[in-house]
Amino acid sequence: MTDPNTTLSPLELGSHDKTYLDANELVINMGPQHPATHGVLRVILRLDGEKVLGLECVIGYLHRGVEKIGEHRTYTMFNPYVDRMDYVAAVSNGLGYCETVEKLLNVEAPPRAQHVRVILTELNRIASHQLWLGTHALDIGAITPLFYTFRDREEILKIYEKYCGARLTTHAFRIGGLQYETYTGFEKEVTNFLTFFRPKIDEYEELLTTNRIWVERTKNVGKISAQDCIALGVSGPVLRASGVKWDLRKAQPYANYKNFDFEIPIGQNGDTYDRYLVRMAEMRQSVRIIQQAVDALPEGPIMAKVPKVMKPAAGEVYHSIEAPKGELGYFIVSDGSTQPYRLRVRPPSFANLQALDAMCRGQLVADVIAVIGTLDIVLGEVDR
Amino acid sequence: MGAIIQYISSYLSSDKTPGAAGNMFWALVYIMLVFGGLSVAVIAMNWLERKILAHMQVRLGPMRVGPHGLLQPIADAIKLLLKEDIMPAEADGFVFWMAPLIVVLAAFTVFVVVPFGPTHAITDMNIGILFMLGVSSLSVLGIVMAGWASNSHYPLIGALRSSAQMVSYEVAMGLAVVSAILMTSLNAEGTGTLSMIGIVKAQLAQHEWFIFKFFPLGLVAFFIFAVAMVAETNRAPFDLAEAESELTAGFHTEYSGFRWSLFFLAEYSAMIAVSSIAVTLWLGGWLRPFPNMLSGTPWDQIFSLFPGVTFLFFAAICFYNTVRMPKHPLFRIQTIGLAGFGVVLGLIGLVLFVPAVSVRVQDIFWFSAKVAGFMYLYIWYRGTFPRYRFDQLMQMGWKVLLPMGLGVLILTASVALLQQKIWHP
Repeated sequence: MTDPNTTLSPLELGSHDKTYLDANELVINMGPQHPATHGVLRVILRLDGEKVLGLECVIGYLHRGVEKIGEHRTYTMFNPYVDRMDYVAAVSNGLGYCETVEKLLNVEAPPRAQHVRVILTELNRIASHQLWLGTHALDIGAITPLFYTFRDREEILKIYEKYCGARLTTHAFRIGGLQYETYTGFEKEVTNFLTFFRPKIDEYEELLTTNRIWVERTKNVGKISAQDCIALGVSGPVLRASGVKWDLRKAQPYANYKNFDFEIPIGQNGDTYDRYLVRMAEMRQSVRIIQQAVDALPEGPIMAKVPKVMKPAAGEVYHSIEAPKGELGYFIVSDGSTQPYRLRVRPPSFANLQALDAMCRGQLVADVIAVIGTLDIVLGEVDR
Repeated sequence: MGAIIQYISSYLSSDKTPGAAGNMFWALVYIMLVFGGLSVAVIAMNWLERKILAHMQVRLGPMRVGPHGLLQPIADAIKLLLKEDIMPAEADGFVFWMAPLIVVLAAFTVFVVVPFGPTHAITDMNIGILFMLGVSSLSVLGIVMAGWASNSHYPLIGALRSSAQMVSYEVAMGLAVVSAILMTSLNAEGTGTLSMIGIVKAQLAQHEWFIFKFFPLGLVAFFIFAVAMVAETNRAPFDLAEAESELTAGFHTEYSGFRWSLFFLAEYSAMIAVSSIAVTLWLGGWLRPFPNMLSGTPWDQIFSLFPGVTFLFFAAICFYNTVRMPKHPLFRIQTIGLAGFGVVLGLIGLVLFVPAVSVRVQDIFWFSAKVAGFMYLYIWYRGTFPRYRFDQLMQMGWKVLLPMGLGVLILTASVALLQQKIWHP
C-alpha cells in the first residue's frame, strides 16, 4: 500500500493503563476464542469508543506445519493432507494439488476425470459459499439463513459421501485422475440437486438481498479499491467485487473449464454488499457449469498412466486454481526423489486476511465482524 | 375471626383494585398471583421461543427433556441454579452483586400497575403509565452497573451501548405514549388520565381502541411505540447490548449461574411489561375484540367461551401429538406425560366454561392473548432480521422515530382540538 494513512503503526500492547484514566483509546483483544472470528483468529483492535483506529491480526493458533509435512511424504501420501487446509473446500484443495503434481509429472487426467473433477469442485464452491453465507449472516445477526444453508449443503455432502465415503475431508481426487468411478445414478443425483438448489438461492436472497437492515449493515462497509486489492494480493470474490474481472477459470483455464460457458460476476463498489452479491451470483454460475458438465459427461478411462512410484524430474512448478475463496496456488520444488524438496501453498485466505486492516480503518466494531465474515477466511488455511 | 372474614369478603363486592381499595389481604393474593403467573409466563416463553424459532429454522428445538421438550425450561433452571457462581477477581463485588437485583426489581415492580382487568391489578395509581415508564427505565442503571462492575472490556462496551440505546429510544417512546394519553382526554369533561385502568376505560367509553383513533395517527403512534419497545428491551434486531457475535454476550459476559438467570428473567419480564403497556394504550387492554361490530348479549356469551375453547384447543394439540408419539417402549413415559399435560389443560379449559369463572377470567384472557401476540412478534423479529449497527440504531431513534413522534403528537393535539371546538363544540 502506498497510502501512508492506511499503513498500520504498531500497536503499543505493553502500555496497559490500569487506571482507565486514559479513556480515549481502548485496546481490545478479539479472539482467539470469540464467536465471530471463524475459528481461532485473534484480532487486536485499537478503538476510539466504537471506532476502529487500527487492528492487527495474530495468526498461527491452528498451525500444523502442513508444508513441512509435505517434505516428508511422498507425492501420493501428501494428497489427503491438503484437504485439511481449507476444510470447507477440501475438494478444491485436492484439485489444486493433483493438478500441480500432474504438471510436474507432465501427465494429464483423461476427459471423464476432468469432467467429474469440475462437477465435484463446483459443488464444493457452492458448499463453501453456503457456509460463508450462513456464518456471515449469523455474524450480522440474522440467525435463520445459517440453518437454510446447512440444510441444502447437506445434499452436497451426501453426494460426496456416496462418491468417496467422506463428507468433509473427501480426498476425492488422485494424481492422474480419479480413484473411483462415479456411482450408479451420479448424474441423476447431481441434476436433482441442481433443480432442488436453484429455487433455494432465491430463498436465501429473499431473506437478505432487499432486507433493509442487511443492506444498511453491508453497503459501504469494508470498502476496498481495486488497486488496494491488487497491491495486497487479494483474490477471489473479494477482488471481483472491487470490479476486477479476474477469475483463474477464465484467465488461466485449468482442468477443462474452457469447455464450459459461464460468466464472471463482478461488483463495482468493493463493499460488503457487493461481495455478497458476487458470491450469490457465483453460486448461480456454478449451477450452470455443473449442469453443462453433467450433460456432457464423456465416457472413458478415469485414470491417466501414472507411475506407481512418482519420481518427477528435478525442477519446480507453480500452479494455481480458483478456489472458492480465491487463488489457491501450489509451488513444488522437486529434486528428483519421491518427496518434494519444498512444498509451498499460497492459500487465498492468508492473502485476503491482509486486507482486513485496510478495510476496517475508520469503521465501527460491528463492521469488523461483518468484514471478517465477508473475507470468508478459513483459519486452517491461513495457518496451515 | 369474624372481623377477619369480614375484612376479606368486604373486598369482593367492591369494584376497585385491591391496592386502591386498601385491602392488604387481597393485595397480597394479587401480588402472589401476578408474580406466580409471570414466572410461569417466562418459563412458557422460554420454551415457546426455542420451539417457534426452531420451526422457523427447519429444526425441531428441544425434544429430549420431557415430551417435545416441555420440561426443558425446568431442566435449564436447575442447571443454572446448580452452576458455580463466578465473580471475576478484579470485579467490584458489591456493584456486581447489586446489578442483577436492580434489573430484576425494575422488571418486576412495573407489574404493580398492569391492568389485567378492571379490577384485576395489584393497584391502580393515578400516575400508572408514568410509574411504568419510570421504573422500567431504571433497569438501565442495573445494566450499566453490570457492565462497569465486571471490569472487562466487552461488558463495558455492551453497557455503554445499552444505556445510550435505551435513553434515546425512551424519548420517542414517551412521545408516542403522550399522544395516546392525549386521546384519553377526548370526553365531555375533557379530563385525561394517566391511570392504566383509566386509559382502558377511556377506550371503552369512546368505543374505539386508540390504535384506530384518528386513523392513521393512532396507528403511527402505536408503530413508534412498537419499534421503540423492542429497542428498549434489547431484543433483536436491536440487541446490540448483548450482540453475541460482536461482544460475546455484552453486559452479562462475566455473569454465570443464578445471577445470569436473573438477567434472563428480567429480559423476558421486561418484554412482557412493555407489551402490556402497548396493549393497554392502543389495543384496548382487557377489552374483547369487535366490541362495536359484534355487540349484544349473544356475542358477549360467544366471546366468553374463548378462554375455555383456547385451553381445549391446546389440550387437543397435546392429544394429537400423544397419538403421534413413537410407539417404542422408551417413549412410554413421555407419551403418558404428554397425555397427562393434555388432560390438565383440558380440565382447566372445562373449568373456564363455568359461567361464574368465565366472567371473571375473560378480561385476563383477552389481555394475555394480546400480550402473547406481541411475544410472538418478538420471536418472529429474532428469526428474521439481522442486527442494526450502533450508529444506524441511533440514527433511526433520533432522526426517524423522534420526528415522527413529534409530528404525531402535534397532529393528534390539533385534530383533538378541532374535534372538540369545531365539530362537536
